[in-house]
Amino acid sequence: MKLTRRDTILAAMGTAFVAMLPMRAAATTEDAIAEFTGGTTPGGEGITLTAPEIAENGNTVPIEVSAPGATEIRVYAAGNPTPDVATFMFGPLAAAQMASTRIRLAGTQDVVAVAKLADGSFVEARQEVKVTIGGCGG
Amino acid sequence: MISKRHFLQASLSAAALVGASGFGNWGRLAAQQRLSQSDLLDQPTTGNVTLIHITDIHAQTQPIWFREPEINLGVGDARGKPPHVTGAAFRDMFGITQGSPLDYALTYDDFVALGQTYGKMGGLDRIATVVKHIKGDRDDAIVLDGGDTWQGSLPALRTNGADMVRLFNALGTDAMTSHWEFTLGIDRVTDIIENELNGAFLGANIFDAMWDEPAYESTKMFERGGTKVAVIGQAFPYLPIANPSYMFPDLSFGVRQERIQQVVDEARAAGAECVVLLSHNGFDVDRKVAQNVTGIDVILTGHTHDAIPEPVQVNDTFLIASGSHGKFVSRVDLDIRDGGMQGIEHRLIPIFSDVIAPDPEMAALVEETRAPFKDEMAEVLGQTEDLLYRRGNFNGTWDDLICEALISEREADIALSPGFRWGASVMPGQDITREDVFNATAMSYPNAYRSEMTGETLHLILEDVADNLFNPDPYYQQGGDMVRVGGLGYRIDINQPQGSRITEMTLLKTGELIAADKSYTVAGWASVNEGTEGPPIWDVVEAHIRNQGTVTAPENTTIAVVAE
Repeated sequence: MKLTRRDTILAAMGTAFVAMLPMRAAATTEDAIAEFTGGTTPGGEGITLTAPEIAENGNTVPIEVSAPGATEIRVYAAGNPTPDVATFMFGPLAAAQMASTRIRLAGTQDVVAVAKLADGSFVEARQEVKVTIGGCGG
Repeated sequence: MISKRHFLQASLSAAALVGASGFGNWGRLAAQQRLSQSDLLDQPTTGNVTLIHITDIHAQTQPIWFREPEINLGVGDARGKPPHVTGAAFRDMFGITQGSPLDYALTYDDFVALGQTYGKMGGLDRIATVVKHIKGDRDDAIVLDGGDTWQGSLPALRTNGADMVRLFNALGTDAMTSHWEFTLGIDRVTDIIENELNGAFLGANIFDAMWDEPAYESTKMFERGGTKVAVIGQAFPYLPIANPSYMFPDLSFGVRQERIQQVVDEARAAGAECVVLLSHNGFDVDRKVAQNVTGIDVILTGHTHDAIPEPVQVNDTFLIASGSHGKFVSRVDLDIRDGGMQGIEHRLIPIFSDVIAPDPEMAALVEETRAPFKDEMAEVLGQTEDLLYRRGNFNGTWDDLICEALISEREADIALSPGFRWGASVMPGQDITREDVFNATAMSYPNAYRSEMTGETLHLILEDVADNLFNPDPYYQQGGDMVRVGGLGYRIDINQPQGSRITEMTLLKTGELIAADKSYTVAGWASVNEGTEGPPIWDVVEAHIRNQGTVTAPENTTIAVVAE
């Protein structure tokens, strides 16, 4: 095969498909985050979100979130029909401010975790989790 | 005497690690017809620890032909960096003379002509000679296998990997990691680990899916040369996605970068002065691991089948790429003292089968494992006029032939063949034996399906696979090549986002554009879905070759690639 650039062999035939973009944070997710943070922009340090880069099974994706000193952590699946996934509350006696759960993802999308810290400030972490049809690696 | 050349990247802080790779002037020696076994193997032994790395042999016990890729495009940070350098650019980067043995071994140019000059490469009996030679220099050298060992040939398929386990035990393998091993099914893998395997089976990133707990040993600590070396195993991260997850339903994999950092820290805390990651991540994934994880001295890379003559240094970590199919063995001498690694010397040893003498014991053992299948494998099915090879991002003549077989034998409009990177080449004018066909197809989910797919589904499949290959973030790459297609042409712009790379999909038999809502008859193989029906792919290919008598593999011009 020849590596041809801007090749014209098939160029006259037009494009048959509309681009499909991965589902990004829908307005509802950003609205929900803004409501939680009172409109302030969350910081990026002090919160760790652990999630697979590519889901092995989109129906049950393990995630873990840790935010030392948090009083509350909320998790959103930005591309799901209902983005609110979970709210974790931590009392003053909680030994560690971390939680793990499994979530269902409708497709490739960002998972977002937002934590409220004891001083009232907010921090956020987000990661794209890809949901793929798989099958051709090797 | 081979001159030592300091490699370009060796500039580590004030303590300056001194690195050297020893392939120096082999090109000139061979041009003068003087390349000998001692040229390939003799070298001063340095440091106090030696690693021997073999990976992705895909059950190839015999010397083989194997053409390296012409097209191997890198995206994002990897663009233009090894291993995404081929042909003349590769020769320039590493100072390799055109037409030299290393040119033959490491690039695709003039493969057929150079093959006649320099002969087949690999062979487990030759590899055994190399291992014994290195152990003659340092008797406690650590032998490490990067995985994809138990799959890829007819004997390995028929014995469920027993032949390869036995042969790699005999080679003295100390530890391994895995990928295709798990396509034997979890019960067989467990049986091998418990009853047949001598060395350690490592996988820090293999977890129990239910409890999210480590399922296998992560680390093996070796006491060598007055120090402790930790070898951490990292299995292929995307096994349940790229291969059938029903074959190992209770396991979860993933890159799990935080887990790698954790086990590295644990190894350091346990007194390791040197940490080695024995990895099946693929080269670009490992480059990112080296950028983000601290405390790894050496990553022995695998999965993406790259052979790179010199270590690639990322921060304080050295990445070694030892090729595939038994073509190369890496020898890595490490100088470890005063709490850390002070020096590294690497030599990528090409296994020229006509230069390195077979080890008689291993030769006898290999012969024994092949004997039950010898007649079956030797049967001639036809001939080929053209070189049959597989490697390359978009197509290879082996898969062109497989797609042609699927279309004609299964009466389909379009054929799909997975972007596997394993499979030996067949030289033009040569007989095609049943062994050759199995070398390109032998695996445990071979059923050739035939089904109806809409144009929209076909587009979705091509986009999905393209993103596994060209996502700019390596942690989203799965390390295979693009799915091969027959009866279908398309244009791909690799730097677009998923959903926008593939355009102008065309049904070749009519020249018409593929319509999103129209249905097409598609034949393919290696589906990851349970219960896929159809004859095994090797029967389909064999029938096609017999019908043709002599096969041809003309240049494939049906894919237009935009890489700028």
